[in-house]
Amino acid sequence: MNAISIGGLGKRYASGHVALRDVDLQIRKGEIFALLGPNGAGKTTLINIVCGIVTPSAGHVLANGHDVTREYRTTRSIIGLVPQELATDSFESVWATVNHSRGLFGRPPNPRYVESLLSQLSLADKRNARIMTLSGGMKRRVMIAKALAHEPDILFLDEPTAGVDVELRRDMWALMRRLRDQGVTIILTTHYIEEAEEMADRIGVIDRGTLILVEDKRTLIEKLGKKRLTLQMRAPLPSVPRELADLGLELGADGTELVFSYEASRSIDISALVRRLADLSIEFSDMHTHQSSLEEIFVNLVSKRT
Amino acid sequence: MSGAGSDTATFKPPRFNKHGVWAIYKFEVARATRTLIQSLVTPVITTSLYFIVFGSAIGSRMQSVSGVPYGAFIVPGLMMLTLFTESIANASFGIFYPKFAGTIFELLSAPVSPLEIVMGYVGAAASKSIVLGTVILATSSLFVSIHIMHPAAMIMLLCLTAVTFSLFGFIIGIWAEGWEQIQIIPALIMTPLTFLGGAFYSIDILPPTWRTFSLFNPVVYLISAFRWSFYGTTDVGIGTSLTFTIGLLALCACAVAWIFKTGYRLKS
Repeated sequence: MNAISIGGLGKRYASGHVALRDVDLQIRKGEIFALLGPNGAGKTTLINIVCGIVTPSAGHVLANGHDVTREYRTTRSIIGLVPQELATDSFESVWATVNHSRGLFGRPPNPRYVESLLSQLSLADKRNARIMTLSGGMKRRVMIAKALAHEPDILFLDEPTAGVDVELRRDMWALMRRLRDQGVTIILTTHYIEEAEEMADRIGVIDRGTLILVEDKRTLIEKLGKKRLTLQMRAPLPSVPRELADLGLELGADGTELVFSYEASRSIDISALVRRLADLSIEFSDMHTHQSSLEEIFVNLVSKRT
Repeated sequence: MSGAGSDTATFKPPRFNKHGVWAIYKFEVARATRTLIQSLVTPVITTSLYFIVFGSAIGSRMQSVSGVPYGAFIVPGLMMLTLFTESIANASFGIFYPKFAGTIFELLSAPVSPLEIVMGYVGAAASKSIVLGTVILATSSLFVSIHIMHPAAMIMLLCLTAVTFSLFGFIIGIWAEGWEQIQIIPALIMTPLTFLGGAFYSIDILPPTWRTFSLFNPVVYLISAFRWSFYGTTDVGIGTSLTFTIGLLALCACAVAWIFKTGYRLKS
């Protein structure tokens, strides 16, 4: 059974704006799924529908096999949400607000669990501090603690590392991994493609309300990624030798670089290329390869649609 | 930390989320205790000032009203005035603030039913108003001698009014899109209606035209019923007053049910 199963999901707001169009998506239990998309693509609307904050116009959403509308008590009990905005009860203490969240989600008090949660999020020494006195990073940790207070199976993180420093981002990544290891399914939206590249098992790309791609991260990089082999010439070449025309080579840097681009999934015999260059007495002093990043793939995917 | 590593696998959400209701209730009551001076001391001082102005300065020159000394006569009206304003203020602020601060997402994504949400917010607002009403009564007893003829009816009416106006405040809190709107209805509608609704006089002393006009003011029925529980005297029949009070409660309950059914200003 999937953690989240979405079928034919659509959302048209009262203003007439269509935020989601016929979205089908399956998220497996225990995976980290990154949902990527430009601003206004529909990521937050999708999350808000699953969590019960926004009413869908069409389609259905199941969480652990339960319908999020008809069986909302069950689904909301197993879902935690860390929203994009730092929305907190400024006058409450950390301890009170986390316990409030636990109660709100129907869980009986469990001071030991809350204590351990705060420790793992480096909030133990701030337990009596009012939220308004905390830094932005600490507030972000409190938001996570609140989302985890009811021990959810599925955790939504909407731009969790937006505006946080490098150290906190690393901490959050470590936390996500720990949660995943404990069996929690994590759905992450992010603008930082490197975050998705670092964390996600699978990636979905959404653009203008349409889910345009869902793929395993490595497969995605292999399928859509490009590799580039650059050879540094000892002497500049006036043009690409005719004998090598079948390889689709390009000259760069005023003829001092010979560039060979190919799909990352294609198997290439580099030694054969080197032999052919040697046969033509073309000498090179250096070589390096570059594989396109997830960011390049993402930008390429989205820009193709504009 | 969570999920599979804990008792989630065996956790079954209850049919009634009592922890959720308690969490909302406790949170709202805690807010009042953080602002104890504003919540408790201010109404007590205001009531004392009413007694000094109306009870001593003016009341000493007035005859008794319907056989009740003027100072004692205004006690039910003062309590109602406090109940109206505090119930509306507490409940409207309680639900408006999460909307304003953005924390409403948590409430909307929690496994709490509309009834449980209302029980938490309205229950807390009504509780605070009832405590305040009781404090006003205690303060009043320092100035005048008070005898409650129908104590059970008085408690029932106190609770009924607190719940009704807390529901009304809850509706205002959801409807409001800014702080100004939170203030408009209490200031521009409730306060005039209360002052013109017989809080400080019996509508029987008004000229016939104004008396008839007053009967269109819903507050007249609430104050009249409440005053009856104290002194057994009414401006309008107790049956009519009770029917009106319960009708108002039903109307507010229907409005709240409609809000949750449609998601009006809560969900998009």
